[in-house]
Amino acid sequence: MNFYGVRAIYNFEMARMKRTLMQSVLSPVISTCLYFVVFGSAIGSRMGDIDNISYGAYIIPGLVMLSLLMQSISNASFGIYMPKFSGTIYEVLSAPVSYVEVVLGYVGAAATKSVILGLIILATARLFVDYEVLHPFWMVAFLVLTSVTFSLFGFIIGIWADGFEKLQIVPMMIVTPLVFLGGTFYSIDMLPSIWQTISLFNPVVYLISGFRWAFYGVSDVHIGISVGMTLVFLTACMLAVWYIFKTGYRLRS
Amino acid sequence: MQPDISVQHLSKFYGDGFQALKDINLEIKRGEIFALLGPNGAGKTTLISIICGITNLSEGVVKAAGHDIVRQYRKARQSIGLVPQELNTDSFETVWSAVSFSRGLFGKAPKPEHIEKVLKDLSLWDKRNNRIMSLSGGMKRRVMIAKALSHEPQILFLDEPTAGVDVELRRDMWEMVRKLRENGVTIILTTHYIEEAEEMADRIGVIREGQIILVEEKDRLMSKLGKKELRLQLQSKLDKMPGELTLEPIELSEDGYELIYTFDSQQEQAGVARLLRTLGDLGIDYRDLQTRESSLEEIFVGLVHE
Repeated sequence: MNFYGVRAIYNFEMARMKRTLMQSVLSPVISTCLYFVVFGSAIGSRMGDIDNISYGAYIIPGLVMLSLLMQSISNASFGIYMPKFSGTIYEVLSAPVSYVEVVLGYVGAAATKSVILGLIILATARLFVDYEVLHPFWMVAFLVLTSVTFSLFGFIIGIWADGFEKLQIVPMMIVTPLVFLGGTFYSIDMLPSIWQTISLFNPVVYLISGFRWAFYGVSDVHIGISVGMTLVFLTACMLAVWYIFKTGYRLRS
Repeated sequence: MQPDISVQHLSKFYGDGFQALKDINLEIKRGEIFALLGPNGAGKTTLISIICGITNLSEGVVKAAGHDIVRQYRKARQSIGLVPQELNTDSFETVWSAVSFSRGLFGKAPKPEHIEKVLKDLSLWDKRNNRIMSLSGGMKRRVMIAKALSHEPQILFLDEPTAGVDVELRRDMWEMVRKLRENGVTIILTTHYIEEAEEMADRIGVIREGQIILVEEKDRLMSKLGKKELRLQLQSKLDKMPGELTLEPIELSEDGYELIYTFDSQQEQAGVARLLRTLGDLGIDYRDLQTRESSLEEIFVGLVHE
């Protein structure tokens, strides 16, 4: 195990976060605040409670997930795409690090940033709405699991992308719609039954539902299914990363 | 002593069927400076990329410092420092953190005094807190060398180290390479500047169309393949070549004041003596004579255009 190598990549990536503090922390916090003002206070005050939870509190888990997913993907994809773009990847490829160590460094740093960001957003939300966390262990577990899974997903996108456009396209065109349709702002019970069925094919539904259960003990799908689906996605991402390094896809010719 | 780099039957095919390297066999001894010469696209960078682990090999066995680069990649790669051809640097990092990063990446515990020494040797110490993007091209090149030396490698690859650098930096770099060699570091460099190889290398390999066509001690290569030339400045003009000399590889200059005699330096030196005797017999006086050895560049051009 090349401990120093993992640490070097991890610290390098964390230093990048400090340099881009405005972009990586402040901007998601600001946009989350805006959601709270618009949906929580302005519109939320006219909305009835969902599952006996005030609307402002109800949307918190979904909003945290929204930032978590977007930031995990963008941090991790950018982290591995930049060295590819600038050519500095040669150093990582010629270094005595295994692919597991490379992933630990890049994905570990991206996931760490996301977890920190998630906690900051939760603290910010507290300024707007009162909420409780019924199952703190599961809350943290979902936070970490989601951050790791989507950082892995971002890592894959970063390796696949061969231009800045591709880097943006998956978060914008796929992840944003999935999050908005995944029950961030509503319970999928509120949908007509055909749309409920369709929603079950959206993996984000399971993440938000499970995360919300950790807060309030209510969920759209059973917590066991939520955990299971998250693990399935995590495994799929790990297999993809394993394949990438085994074949050298877009890294080693 | 085992070679520091051992390449056996190495071939490289790309997906489109292009064969970049054809059955390369090469051994590079510990502590020598080996220059790899070859025209653009001959496979120099591919060969280096494979040894350093950036490109996968298709066939063959490569060992670095005695370790198989595939099965024992950690030990093999730890022994190697690479300065690639392109100036690829992290713009936003400081010199110090970029070089320290490289050391960590190669699995070495932090050792600030070593980083300090490397930066001082490369005249980068004053710039250690500068962001790399603020440095000139030559300084960036120095940073890349510092990164390659950060983990105290046994073997150093310099891929076109002096492409586009000014004379001063080139001299500095040659000086640094000599110092490293004195400390027992094996150095492999590729270059377009023949004078660089001529100045520094112990041995020279020539690669052409993916094949190593020649590996030789530099001095032996020079004497084996080098042509020597004897120029005689004549006292008086010759209108035509005397008949006695037409059998010799000799030419008369256009103005008729110079005789140019070309001979292989390998050949016994009798030719020169015979020529001078013949000239004496013919009563041709000369006021000066010079001999000149062909440069590595001429040898190289002769080789790759064969």
